[in-house]
Amino acid sequence: MAVCIAVIAKENYPLYIRSVPVQNELKFHYTVHTSLDVVEEKISAVGKAMADQRELYLGLLYPTEDYKVYPSHMIIVYYTPVCIFFLLIENILLYRHTRYGYVTNSKVKFVIVVDSSNTSLRDNEIRSMFRKLHNSFTDVMCNPFYNPGDTIQSKAFDSMVSAMMVQAS
Amino acid sequence: MESLTLTDVEQKYYSDLFVYCDTDNTKKVASNGKVLDLFRAAQLPSEVVLQITELCGATRLGHFGRSQFYIALKLIAVAQSGLPLRVESLNSVKDLPLPRFVVAKNEQEARHTAMYPDLENQGPYQGVIPRPPGRGQVKKVSAHEVIQPCVPTPDTTSPVVSPHQSPPTSPHAWRKHKRQASGGNVERPAVVVAGAVWTPFREAQSGPVVVGDGMWSAHSPPPVQESWVSLKDTYPPSSSKMPPMHLSPVQENSSIRTVASVTTANEIQRQSSSSYDDPWKITDEQRQYYINQFKTIQPDLNGFIPGSAAKEFFTKSKLPILELSHIWELSDFDKDGALTLDEFCAAFHLVVARKNGYDLPEKLPESLMPKLIDLDDSAEVPDQAPDVGYSGSPVEVTPNKSPMPSLNQTWPDLNQGNEQWETFSERSSSSQTLTQFDSNIAPADPDTAIVHPVPIRMTPSKIHMQEMELKRTGSDHTHPTSPLMAKPPELSEETKLATSMKFVTANSGDGYSSSDSYTSDQDPITSVVTRQRSKGGGCPPPPPPRPNASHSRSSSLDMNRNFAAHPAGPQQSGVVACPPAIPPRPLPTQTSGPHSGHRSDEGLAAHSTTSPQQIPEQPNFADFSQFQAFAASDQPSDNGEKHPESLPVEKSTEGAGPLRTVKIDNQEERAAATVNSAKGSIMAPPPKPVRRRLKSEDELQDETLPPKSNVIATVLATLPSIPRSVGKDKKAIQASIRRNKETNTVLARLNSELQQQLKDLLEERISLEVQLEQLRPFSHL
Repeated sequence: MAVCIAVIAKENYPLYIRSVPVQNELKFHYTVHTSLDVVEEKISAVGKAMADQRELYLGLLYPTEDYKVYPSHMIIVYYTPVCIFFLLIENILLYRHTRYGYVTNSKVKFVIVVDSSNTSLRDNEIRSMFRKLHNSFTDVMCNPFYNPGDTIQSKAFDSMVSAMMVQAS
Repeated sequence: MESLTLTDVEQKYYSDLFVYCDTDNTKKVASNGKVLDLFRAAQLPSEVVLQITELCGATRLGHFGRSQFYIALKLIAVAQSGLPLRVESLNSVKDLPLPRFVVAKNEQEARHTAMYPDLENQGPYQGVIPRPPGRGQVKKVSAHEVIQPCVPTPDTTSPVVSPHQSPPTSPHAWRKHKRQASGGNVERPAVVVAGAVWTPFREAQSGPVVVGDGMWSAHSPPPVQESWVSLKDTYPPSSSKMPPMHLSPVQENSSIRTVASVTTANEIQRQSSSSYDDPWKITDEQRQYYINQFKTIQPDLNGFIPGSAAKEFFTKSKLPILELSHIWELSDFDKDGALTLDEFCAAFHLVVARKNGYDLPEKLPESLMPKLIDLDDSAEVPDQAPDVGYSGSPVEVTPNKSPMPSLNQTWPDLNQGNEQWETFSERSSSSQTLTQFDSNIAPADPDTAIVHPVPIRMTPSKIHMQEMELKRTGSDHTHPTSPLMAKPPELSEETKLATSMKFVTANSGDGYSSSDSYTSDQDPITSVVTRQRSKGGGCPPPPPPRPNASHSRSSSLDMNRNFAAHPAGPQQSGVVACPPAIPPRPLPTQTSGPHSGHRSDEGLAAHSTTSPQQIPEQPNFADFSQFQAFAASDQPSDNGEKHPESLPVEKSTEGAGPLRTVKIDNQEERAAATVNSAKGSIMAPPPKPVRRRLKSEDELQDETLPPKSNVIATVLATLPSIPRSVGKDKKAIQASIRRNKETNTVLARLNSELQQQLKDLLEERISLEVQLEQLRPFSHL
């Protein structure tokens, strides 16, 4: 059910971002970026540095939020009046996206944005998605040809992410 | 003449065809006869063919020049697509499929003979092809030979092209050697653009057209190599020109090739019956070459090549990092960051294939999977066919797994083949998970256990042997020392892994045996443990692989019997193994104990410490509780008292039964008794390992940890029950008792020191955590 999956490095730059509705990619980038603050806040709140998955999973970062609201405000600035009309139409669509966060011991963050217009996924499902992400990410890390900090270009990782996103949409 | 723009694919395809038709090798004019045959093979009405020839200007010239030929081919493609033949359509039609040619059998044969001379021309190119993958070679030949004008470098081959690039020679070669039903495979490479013509040939041939050497079997690589090799024989061994992909000496390759020619010929003949080719199969020579390369990096063939070394090695192949990364993903089967010999061979094979222009498969081909799997599965790698075979030309004849009886069945078979392949691929992927277990058993490196829940046996055969030996040599404490000393690290490792499962209490022998017995039950636990262990990072090295795959729970008794005999048994380190919940114990300190000759003591100590945390999963658990009862009631007293206790313990330690069989001296009995008394509340550690220790120690940890001695005590208790007294001399017994006592004291001291260290470390940790807490607010800024 994911519409966007992002892997963010420790220094808060993205290692991998992929979203399903390609046209809204920028929006998702914004979404993920804003959610990073929430992630940071949650990390500091945890306090311990345990390698326990319970603590790695940050859970719902935002309550259901209308992602359309935020970006549309920005876009209006740049669009001509003709486009504003189009944007208004966009606002009518109430997409709600929920974001879930997950941080590893090495401060690599995973963010999953799901479309909550469908039936919400159970927490366990989200956790399993994160687990799969983490495992795939570990496999990518194990690859000696992968330099930490590079964008992730592994086909296996891509296919795993696609599977997760396709299943959603 | 109309201008003609061709895509790269088309360019290559047409070039191949041109060369194919260009029997005179003038590179300019194609013979009419060949061309006409080719056009006929396009299955177009003759008037269309005539129209095409007119349009391309050949009729004007009287012959086909290269440009005319290309135009003609393009027009054929247009016509086959059902579009009207127009000159304008040459350049306007986008995404035109490549022209398809179907050839009848006789035509093939005719062409074979006709083409044979062409082989000669292509001989010299063979040398350029790196030996390893047959396909690669074929490809290279084509690349060099036919595609002269538009040869893409192997590395830059587009996915569409790579499979298509069948060297013109290869078809020649095939024809020369044999047309086999396996046409599919050999021809997968041939499926190239140029192969468009040949593939039909091959298809047709798939029928039992065995020509010439009959060397061609379903194997494409060997046949291809075969052809190369045979051709090579005729031509000066240009193999030396093979681009050294790695450090391998060229001569080695050429020599291997010559050898290969013979072997492949035999192999091909042997395999002629197999119905499909496996383009990814590694031939023996290739494998030998890979093995030699492996040795240069890692002399131990059972060892691992770490990721960094592998990275350096494969980087030398000058492939882009992205592709190397993909190859790594494919070949590192167990995802442990290191390459076993099989994984290395697979990776090497993939690198070679890629260098020769073959596309990397999406999934690891079956034949490249680690050997533990049934590699001889003749089923062709399914994903291979789709990846390589179908990428592009409609003419692409995917290798058929089943022989193609006749030309008529060519296309339908292909379709079926595809489905078959897909199903195979699914199966193979599922089988991957199944096979992983096997693969983990074989590798010696315990790291593999990290990923897979492989039950690790604690019964290395050599330890077993040693124990047997010890048993036979009597209750000489010092005797087992040496073998035991040698084994402590292994034991500790193994026991560590097995802890959760087996409460292995450091008794190497016992640990192993008990682990064996519990293996089946403990698999999940073991996996968990191994995972944790591996994740722990700081844990002592995991136990060595279990050589005795055959031990089952039922046989554990036998093992116990053997192990029981060992007085000192490799207990020590086994105990050190950490149960999942406990941080690893510093092994070295533990293992140092044995060096003092009192492994058993140490083992017991460790055993006792770990035992409490061990997960009581074994079926004998109930027995252990009995032990516990025992231990609780034990009193560190003289051995005699233990005997009655030992009896009930004996029952529970039926695993320890073997212990009984072990030659137990009076001292052992005494030791058992003392241990029994000493041990307090040891939970469920398997009695077997304890047994061994009991033998060697008299009063083991009386003073150290009563809980530890619980199991040991029980085990010891069993000992006395065994009427072993082999009639040892009393003096000898007493001497051994004395030794045991000394060992005991030393170990006890060691234990207390370690406990102190542990306390200190815990305190440090707490303080560090506090500091971290304080600093945390700043870390996120």
